[in-house]
Amino acid sequence: MTAQSHRNPTGGRIDRARTLGFTFNGRYYEGHPGDTLASALLANGVHLVGRSFKYHRPRGIVGSGAEEPNALVQLGQGALTEPNVRATQAELHDGLAAASVNCWPGVRWDIGAINGLLGGLFPAGFYYKTFMWPARAWRAYEWFIRRAAGLGLAPREPDPERYDGTHAHCDVLVAGGGPAGLAAALAAGRAGGRVILADEQAEIGGSLLAGGGTIDGRPARAWLDDATAELAGMAEVRVLPRATVFGYYDHNYLGIAERLADHLPPAERAGRARQRVWKVRAGRVVLATGAIERPLVFDGNDRPGVMLATAAQAYANRWAVRVGDRAVVVTNNDSAYQTALDLSESGVAVALLADLRAEVPAALAQRLSRAGIEVAAGSAVVDAAGGTRVTSAEIRRLGADGTTLEGPARHVPCDVIAVSGGWSPAVHLFSQSGGRLRWDEAIAGFVPDISRQAEVSVGAARGTFDLAAALAEGARAGAAAAHAAGFGDGTATAPAANAREVIAPRPVWRVPSAGRGKAFVDIQNDVTAADIALAAREGYSAVEHLKRYTTTGMGTDQGKTSNVNALAILAHATGTAIPAVGTTTFRPPYTPVTFGALAGRTVGPLFDPARLTAMHPWHVQAGTRFEDVGQWKRPWYYPRGSETLHQAVARECRAVRTSLGIMDASTLGKIDIQGPDAAKLLDLVYTNAWGGLEVGRCRYGLMLKEDGMVFDDGVTARLGPQHFHMTTTTGGAARVMAWLEEWLQTERPHWRVYLTSVTTQWAVAAIAGPNARRLMAELCPNIALDAIDFPFMAWRDGTVAGIAARVFRVSFSGESAFEINVPSSQGMALWQALMTAGAKYDITPYGTEAMHVLRAEKGFVIVGQETDGTVTPGDLGMDWIVGKKKPDFVGRRGLARADCKRPDRKQLVGLLPQDPKEVLVEGAQIMADAAAPPPVPMEGHVTSSYWSATLSRSFALALLKGGRARHGQTVPVHAYGKTSWAQVTEPIFYDKEGEKLRG
Amino acid sequence: MKYSLLGLIKGAGNHHKDWPAAWRQPEPKPAYDVVIIGGGGHGLATAYFLAKEHGVTNVAVVEKGWIGGGNTGRNTTIVRSNYLWDESAHLYEKSLKLWEGLSQELNFNTMFSQRGVMNLAHNLHDLRELNRRVSAIRLNGIDSEFLTTEQVKAFCPIINTAPTIRYPVLGASLQRRGGTARHDAVAWGFARAADRLGVDILQNCEVTGIRREGIRVTGVETTRGFIGARKIGSVAAGHSSVIAAMAGLRLPIESHPLQALVSEPVKPVLDTVVMSGAVHVYVSQSDKGELVIGAGIDAYNSYAQRGTLQVIEEQMAALIELFPMFSRMRLMRQWAGIVDVCPDASPIMARTPVEGFYINCGWGTGGFKATPGSGWVFAHTIAQDRPHELNAAFTLERFSSGALIDEHGAAAVAH
Repeated sequence: MTAQSHRNPTGGRIDRARTLGFTFNGRYYEGHPGDTLASALLANGVHLVGRSFKYHRPRGIVGSGAEEPNALVQLGQGALTEPNVRATQAELHDGLAAASVNCWPGVRWDIGAINGLLGGLFPAGFYYKTFMWPARAWRAYEWFIRRAAGLGLAPREPDPERYDGTHAHCDVLVAGGGPAGLAAALAAGRAGGRVILADEQAEIGGSLLAGGGTIDGRPARAWLDDATAELAGMAEVRVLPRATVFGYYDHNYLGIAERLADHLPPAERAGRARQRVWKVRAGRVVLATGAIERPLVFDGNDRPGVMLATAAQAYANRWAVRVGDRAVVVTNNDSAYQTALDLSESGVAVALLADLRAEVPAALAQRLSRAGIEVAAGSAVVDAAGGTRVTSAEIRRLGADGTTLEGPARHVPCDVIAVSGGWSPAVHLFSQSGGRLRWDEAIAGFVPDISRQAEVSVGAARGTFDLAAALAEGARAGAAAAHAAGFGDGTATAPAANAREVIAPRPVWRVPSAGRGKAFVDIQNDVTAADIALAAREGYSAVEHLKRYTTTGMGTDQGKTSNVNALAILAHATGTAIPAVGTTTFRPPYTPVTFGALAGRTVGPLFDPARLTAMHPWHVQAGTRFEDVGQWKRPWYYPRGSETLHQAVARECRAVRTSLGIMDASTLGKIDIQGPDAAKLLDLVYTNAWGGLEVGRCRYGLMLKEDGMVFDDGVTARLGPQHFHMTTTTGGAARVMAWLEEWLQTERPHWRVYLTSVTTQWAVAAIAGPNARRLMAELCPNIALDAIDFPFMAWRDGTVAGIAARVFRVSFSGESAFEINVPSSQGMALWQALMTAGAKYDITPYGTEAMHVLRAEKGFVIVGQETDGTVTPGDLGMDWIVGKKKPDFVGRRGLARADCKRPDRKQLVGLLPQDPKEVLVEGAQIMADAAAPPPVPMEGHVTSSYWSATLSRSFALALLKGGRARHGQTVPVHAYGKTSWAQVTEPIFYDKEGEKLRG
Repeated sequence: MKYSLLGLIKGAGNHHKDWPAAWRQPEPKPAYDVVIIGGGGHGLATAYFLAKEHGVTNVAVVEKGWIGGGNTGRNTTIVRSNYLWDESAHLYEKSLKLWEGLSQELNFNTMFSQRGVMNLAHNLHDLRELNRRVSAIRLNGIDSEFLTTEQVKAFCPIINTAPTIRYPVLGASLQRRGGTARHDAVAWGFARAADRLGVDILQNCEVTGIRREGIRVTGVETTRGFIGARKIGSVAAGHSSVIAAMAGLRLPIESHPLQALVSEPVKPVLDTVVMSGAVHVYVSQSDKGELVIGAGIDAYNSYAQRGTLQVIEEQMAALIELFPMFSRMRLMRQWAGIVDVCPDASPIMARTPVEGFYINCGWGTGGFKATPGSGWVFAHTIAQDRPHELNAAFTLERFSSGALIDEHGAAAVAH
């Protein structure tokens, strides 16, 4: 093959000075900068690019942009591979490697094509009618179906590239950089507004890049160059090429997917983000998204070589590519006349233009005839013959009503059929914004009707195809949008342009069939006109039923070229008018958006970044094993040498019980509460009374949800008459903060209370054990530490190891303990000082596991472990904390309900396994009857279960039906096929009188 | 006309011209014994079982749009019965058993594919909960097993089980009988089967009011006129409170958008359903090749079937954390449905204080899996005017008695 056999020597917007090498299905070709993969393939005479979804029919390039239904390729290799890329949107770069999808062994000879021969068996929805016998065989059938379906291949390796995300505000967002969009951006920019103009193509210009025409008396392309230069010079205007506005959400929030590096060879992408998603809050939006040409539905309309007229024209004008040697043009409107002329000028012999309309536009027809192109009025292509490329077109005259054929058939040899079935305004973003559409008979298309957000559609996107009118609309809309944002006077002058009128198309939605060929509506999903008729016959006549039953419009192109044809054929089949059939909902995204781009930077270490305490580096140094608790990394246990979890935890527990342990308690949630109504808030959200709490003291509280179920707990200290310091569970901190705010903002907005999350302002070291007070005495000269001056459940300000500290006498371990709060910046210094000074007591860091054991020995609950949203304070044996005299608190009414007073509710108990060495499985179920067959009645479950070094035996906590009345009973406990027996006890195993923690 | 391979072969001979309408499009009769409000899967299943199990065939299903257009056509198609509490477990297991023969029962391939549902554990708390659930589920006679990290990797090799990820996979529960089904087919299959038993399916028939005489209902006002009814069953997920208000009832329900999305189709790469609460992922691959991904709930109340982009962004980040190879795949379509959520995240299927008015609602984020079971028990409730023992606990009164069935932990989606 000669290099670029179908590239003209001059013209087009490509850089012939550079040649780019690429491969397609392993074969080497060349193209130029400015090419897409599609234009480069066509320049090399390659039309056959893939096989279809269901019948594996040979398929070629249909379009030249986002509308492309067919030309999907697997792009790149290894970790950089990407499935289902539209060749019409893939910019060519040196070394690009692409391959056809969904065919085996190759695109030319594809075994799946056998489906085409059996096509009669596979009408729309055939799979709903079969594969049901025998019932068990479905997964076997499905195995084959799954392998037959799908298009390209998912990558099998992690993505080596990175992505970016950013936010922006603007006065005016213009979606689409064609003539109308450019006019809008210019007008808004000149008025001084902050403007973002986003266009999906590599080059701004839209239809101007491929079309002719004049603006202000000059070639349109010269105006385009001036316009882009002027926009580039405006400080408040940002022009984003390669940027698709993909989604229009509520409150004028739009998503833009920008391709930053896909057009570069992999070697040049290093250090760059591949794609970026912009999230833009726009004052006003101008939708200048253009229109999409529709194919005509005739037999064989899917053969490679059958393409949209505008695409053929774009390849000729923009890329200097001859899409074939001999073309037939078929149209139902005026626009394709220019295509015929442009093709002819580019060197493609145009055999014939068939116009479905009986009356053809005289002036245009004359121009064609001067160019030697025959115009066949009232005629259509009714069949395209060929295999992997179209070889001829069958031309017939249409009857007056468009449903019959007349006269003899003419078979016109050709290798390209350029079709225009009219235009569908690209109303996708408008529709996403919530706007309502209207069927416009004049253009035979849906146009924007009633807006719901601050946007306006201009140009072809609202059915204005005339260039001058589109420019004027754009300029007006841009100026008005800027004015609405406070810029300019709302007026703008539009450039003059030559008229480019479009005479009403003649909609012939299904060109009558001359034979038995398949006429495709959705080319990607292999949905034919006959499929739509079948769906209508079977009652799937709601648009969404049609779509879901036949899969029309459900492909990667989301039906850009097929939706209106499908609707119209459905309307015909059901005898209704198109507007009565309605339209489907356009959903984001306009074109598919890379997952990675949507995730942006929040991957790897930035995915939900771990929260670390001030002492974390020390723990790491000590070889700590960590546990994820909420977003925090908490020390789980501190193994020494080759210690197991069990050994380390036993040692840590013994240290706390016999001498001194130290724990990093920084992760507890902390909320600073201030204001005259602070105590009222606490009275509302906690079950107990807070008004009487003295400054200097603290109190334990339980929070309930409205239903009376325990939600969170913690100790809150009174720092001043109107000032409290609340602690929450580690995992519940954000929930509690939101909960308090919700109550304040929605239920008690008149209260004067102010909340500040101070969780990370403080670092906290808890020292616990018989030697805790001795260590404190050494390091803390300015707080009286004895149990009378500084009693349990009190706090004092002072210094510890020379660091300003707030010390709480609280204990979760059951030992005498001090929780030392210092500014986070001092946390490490405090920890190291405590470790150094505590060495004489063999101070032992202990982690969450030891803490869990110690508190369970004391019968202290952990919210989320002993509770699960179904547990009341009473169930936990904590009725004492529920204020009986309080007029109200959240959950009071819930607790009053009958079910919360049942004596046989599940209640917290202790369990002592019969085998004192057996540690029960946490989560094991307590059975009512160990011998019962499934379903076995269950009476509760093990919530916490440990080996206790202190007790030298195993023990557990459990929730058990009527448990408080069952102390002394032996119950069967079951998990994973094993039943164990345990004795029910009080849920407290250590220091029942609480002397140690108060001492 | 029975659906079969033979039928397709015959059809191939004559361009499939003989397939009849899957269901009739009748004009409303003046009155029915039972009117079901809502032509989603649950409503259609209710009508089908009313006719089939209880001989009540003078039934209309009224649907404001097209059948299956609400949450039936918007969910992520996951079917499972691995619920913690007895009440839920027995209900969903009944439903799963019905799923297992549904295609044959309806003579419509619902593509119920028992490819397994795996719930991942990412921290010690997850593991504890997982042990609890697996133990309870097994004692209830339902299949459930525990997988170690290595077994997770073996069962689904593309999950990133590296210990270095943010929330490492510490284990999983697996229900092998769980899986996915073709959601639209469920609505269509029930519609076709119910229609053949005489049920009228009235599309484009929006209920605008409920007529009462005293405390008893007498019919529904619709956009196609008044339709008399001795009994009315409301199965209008997403609008349950609106319909109930027409009958003078206030429901303990909040309605939120819940989003879902699909990728472009690719060749088979994921052969099971993967759910993770801690990383918030639920994903499967459809028979068409799309990754079907459930996103989170939007926090605000809404009846608009649309959500925010932020939820999608968070969802993608979570998915890539567990499946780094999906980063270069592309989002093809996103949408939202409206989920009606009860305070305890369990549904209501019950009689109401209004005589002849029955409600089936509050399925939250997980109603699809219950479709056949919900229809089965609700048909019983309407026909017998008392609940079946499987739905006896799912009353409206439980919110005043306090006998809640708290299943907040059951969904991967935080309610």
